Amino acid sequence: MTLLIEENPPRTEEKAKTTHGKVRLREHLMGWLFVGPFGLVFLAFLIAPLAYALYLSLFQKKLIGGTSFVFLDNYAKAFTDPSFLSGAWFVIRFALFAIPLQILLALGMALILDAVTSVFIRFSRLMIFLPYAIPTVIGAVMWGFLYSKSFGPLTDIFALFGGTAPDFFSKNLIFYGLLNVVTWQWAGYYMIILYAALQGIDPTLYEAARMDGAGRWQIALRIKIPLIAPALVLILVFSLIGTLQFFNEPQILRYLAAGTIGPDFTPNMYAYSQAFKLANFNYGSAISFALGGIVFACVYAFLFFTRKRRSFL
Amino acid sequence: MTTVSRAGGRRRPQRHLPLQVLLGFLVVYFLVPFWWVIVNSSKDSPGLFSGGNTLWFTDNVDYLGNLERLFTYDGGIYGRWILNSTLYALAGGLGATILAVMAGYGFAKYRFAGRRFSFSILLGALMVPGTALVIPTFIMFSGLGLTNTIWAVILPSLLNPFGVYLMHVYARDAVPDEILDAARVDGAGELRTFLRVAFPLMRPAVVTVLLLSAVASWNNYFLPLAMLSDNRLFPVTVGLGVWQGIASANNSGGTSLWSLIILGALVSVVPLIIAFFTLQRHWRGGLSVGGLR
Repeated sequence: MTLLIEENPPRTEEKAKTTHGKVRLREHLMGWLFVGPFGLVFLAFLIAPLAYALYLSLFQKKLIGGTSFVFLDNYAKAFTDPSFLSGAWFVIRFALFAIPLQILLALGMALILDAVTSVFIRFSRLMIFLPYAIPTVIGAVMWGFLYSKSFGPLTDIFALFGGTAPDFFSKNLIFYGLLNVVTWQWAGYYMIILYAALQGIDPTLYEAARMDGAGRWQIALRIKIPLIAPALVLILVFSLIGTLQFFNEPQILRYLAAGTIGPDFTPNMYAYSQAFKLANFNYGSAISFALGGIVFACVYAFLFFTRKRRSFL
Repeated sequence: MTTVSRAGGRRRPQRHLPLQVLLGFLVVYFLVPFWWVIVNSSKDSPGLFSGGNTLWFTDNVDYLGNLERLFTYDGGIYGRWILNSTLYALAGGLGATILAVMAGYGFAKYRFAGRRFSFSILLGALMVPGTALVIPTFIMFSGLGLTNTIWAVILPSLLNPFGVYLMHVYARDAVPDEILDAARVDGAGELRTFLRVAFPLMRPAVVTVLLLSAVASWNNYFLPLAMLSDNRLFPVTVGLGVWQGIASANNSGGTSLWSLIILGALVSVVPLIIAFFTLQRHWRGGLSVGGLR
């Protein structure tokens, strides 16, 4: 630290130039000293694994003949592999339902919490956010209990009305069962982000809008939502990335939903089972990389179509 | 002027009752799983499977007995899992936060060579799905003999590109260059300026990033599931997942395990809930950063 203490720069015109050069050099050095430690971690745990996965995905290991370079064969295999394609189709379909549902719910709740003040409202805000503090695995375990035929409440509740309880572990309903779990898990978190953005809006804007005769709905639609558009884009991107990588919840519920959730239910589960159950690291890496490519393409396309709305990037 | 303020005064006491009722239903929805777990962790296995009301207590409320069974089952492995989770969350969270704060400040306040390029790489990295890294990291670590150690879980958790992005935005807006220059003119070194002048100004964002990275480590499932095979190193997420697999696989023999899993799920969520509620004032200010500017 003592090394870095700046000497008082001489005030003469002539020396100012050299001091400026020295300051510039030091600014480069200090910048890299601050960014460097993260840079090393970034290289070691992001760039290196990505490069390595790409490398691995270009090889195939055979019982006879050992490992050989096959270039893009693994990708050709993945994009014609019904297991990968059905998993990818599932997560894309799931994202198309889950993301709008979560964000509309979060937006609605955030607007209510922003517009109304009462003790109950403050309590609600905390309670709605609560599931975010729950690990997704535990959340899935908890909903697994509630869906369960042997000790869940659904059987009793539906018996009350003389119906039979839906089986959320069946092939037809697992989509909705999982949709409910992720909505419960994430809507509160998105709500808090949107709520924080709403609270940051200058209230004099509402006053001005009211003077112009705008009602509560118009203020919400014309002022509040456009002003928090960057926050909406941010959570859309994060939910898109998260949903396409779907793994934890189906992995946990697959024990309870035996026969419905197979090892190839989502691309990530398929990559995991290829790599760790079948020790097929090359194909597992190719699936991971192909999924990463799909995620990247989806996010890029999304940001491209929303670029007019001053996104967060 | 007076009419406007009177109108505003009349509007304020409105409680929007329908909206509050609607919100009440939503709160019930968000709390139902917690309620189920709280109620059913008081039951023993016969009570659990007796077919009574699953949303209410039985006559036999036995939290203490269940807690004792939970923490003594299999040589007290559950307590170990909680400690492991705590270690991973603290080490990963603290490490990731220190790196993110430094890098965010560096990106915001120094015009160094390669800054624009490395920052755009960082923004691209926000879109890299974290789970895509697990398989190659596993193979790299197994070459170094690091799999099945605590480092296999802690080291990859140090990476938090979003934390760097958040800190960058916050440092750029909340730390004025003039204050830094003034500190330098007063003879403070760069590190001293950072620690004494910039850091206190960045504190709300620091708490937010710390909490977000600690939660991410605590919640992590895919990484430890892939890296660890010794169940004494498991975090509680992987441990409970394994128990659930055992309990579901042999439905008759596993019934005693179900009551442990239910209480185990409840106990495992208590530390984070406490952390969130006690730190509430600090992280709320930081959350708006990512979205607003």
